[in-house]
Amino acid sequence: MLAFAFAEFVQQIVSGLATGSIFASLALALVLIYRSTNVVNFAQGEMAMFTTYIAWALMDRGLSYWPAFLLTLAIAFTGGAAIERTIIRPFEQKSALAIVIVTIGLLIALNGAAGWIWGAEVKAFDSPFPNTTWDVGGVAISSQDVGTFCVCLATVALLWAFFNLTPLGLAMRASAINPTTSRLVGVRVGWMLALGWGLAAVLGAIAGMMAAPTVFLDPNMMLVILIYAFAAAVLGGIDSPIGAVVGGLSLGVLLNLIGRYVDFIGPELRLPTALLVLLGVLMIRPQGLFGHAVVRRV
Amino acid sequence: MALLELRDVRARYGAITALHGVSLAVDGGQVVALLGANGAGKTTTLRAVSGLVRRYGEIRFDGRSLLRAGPEGAARLGIAHVPEGRGIFDELSVWDNLRMGAYASISRREVKRESERVLGYFPWMRDRLRQQAGTLSGGEQQMLALARAMVARPRLLMLDEPSLGLAPLVVQELFRIVALLNKEEGLTVLVVEQNAELALAASHYTYVLEVGHVAVEGTSDELRAHEGVRKSYLGY
Repeated sequence: MLAFAFAEFVQQIVSGLATGSIFASLALALVLIYRSTNVVNFAQGEMAMFTTYIAWALMDRGLSYWPAFLLTLAIAFTGGAAIERTIIRPFEQKSALAIVIVTIGLLIALNGAAGWIWGAEVKAFDSPFPNTTWDVGGVAISSQDVGTFCVCLATVALLWAFFNLTPLGLAMRASAINPTTSRLVGVRVGWMLALGWGLAAVLGAIAGMMAAPTVFLDPNMMLVILIYAFAAAVLGGIDSPIGAVVGGLSLGVLLNLIGRYVDFIGPELRLPTALLVLLGVLMIRPQGLFGHAVVRRV
Repeated sequence: MALLELRDVRARYGAITALHGVSLAVDGGQVVALLGANGAGKTTTLRAVSGLVRRYGEIRFDGRSLLRAGPEGAARLGIAHVPEGRGIFDELSVWDNLRMGAYASISRREVKRESERVLGYFPWMRDRLRQQAGTLSGGEQQMLALARAMVARPRLLMLDEPSLGLAPLVVQELFRIVALLNKEEGLTVLVVEQNAELALAASHYTYVLEVGHVAVEGTSDELRAHEGVRKSYLGY
């Protein structure tokens, strides 16, 4: 009996990690843009939804999963960078509020466009992973969960390597920290911002494509996931990439465990619970788990 | 021919005109000081050269017009600008700051060699390469900003108020290194200072700005010897 309870506990954690890795990808996208542009991109979820529709359309035209996946990432990157260059750039010198309003406008526009192009009815989205489960010591682990987790984490690892091991990644970090000095050493800061938006769009596309097999494809599919991602980013510290990942994974696991073991919290109360986490973090530790008030001696 | 030449340069921030026609020349291999009171346009002059502010008139670097270059272009042409308030990347390590200095002009292979060269002037920095730059003391941060600028092997170094907020001993050390760079590498320097006595002692030629134009100029020795200039413009 106890062994059975433990197996189920582990199972809840594993599937929590899978949904958590989707939150983590989207939260990381938010952090990426927050660090470079200093605003929260409210359109991040809709960008993810829109690119997921593109993936669906590509597969609908006969492309198999992984080519469609990669092509979608390329389209997402180009689209994200293009959005920064054309829609965000004119407001960069203006207040943060102006950019926030622009991203909200973008959210509404993308949502409307997706409905207009592809219709409002819910569509099924293929999963690249076989529908099998493995029995590991009494714990049933679905390949769907493992695949989702691995794809998200591999993306995060690649991004980490890009930012920490390449000169371009270093220049992007430098542009976020001190744009003026970056320009003075020859960095084209405007293009670094576009690159950041492109990468954020790629992360969003991955989150969308990983979420779609379970939540299904419709224009509002990412609204709730975006709120979880916000909560994850705030939990980890809105300026901390590691925080976004840890925040996303912990939130995924936490919500799963609460949903299973706290009787009065059913599916309806999952979202309010996430918001409660958000509220609690903001009250007790506003900088989040990993975010920092910048250490500076003058 | 002068390495850097400004002719009738004007610049404005919105409705406020900061430079009303500044003309000056910096010869190769010289240290030139730019003095003047707060708001005289010293910082704006440097910002006009790098293209951080919209400017009109004529700015030539090694005979080429800089007006279309912008900050990224100026860096590529060999102008290193250390802005006031140091301009380091405080969340990056000391080593990454040095690497960023080489971003525009130097290949990855040369970074190591040029950093070695620069670290020769700042021996203490060698043991601190992994430290986060924001945790250095104010003086160390200013030294790092200077070191970062030097990694690119600039042809012109522009320093904006390097002494601001630093202890006298640190300032002395900083200007000693600038003099050494000038002597050993033939580095051309344009330095903005509030501290007139210090700047006159450290430079070959001096321009004194007053409300956006050059009021007095001359070799630093001349200006130091001229009591009238000292009293009315330099305040000591």
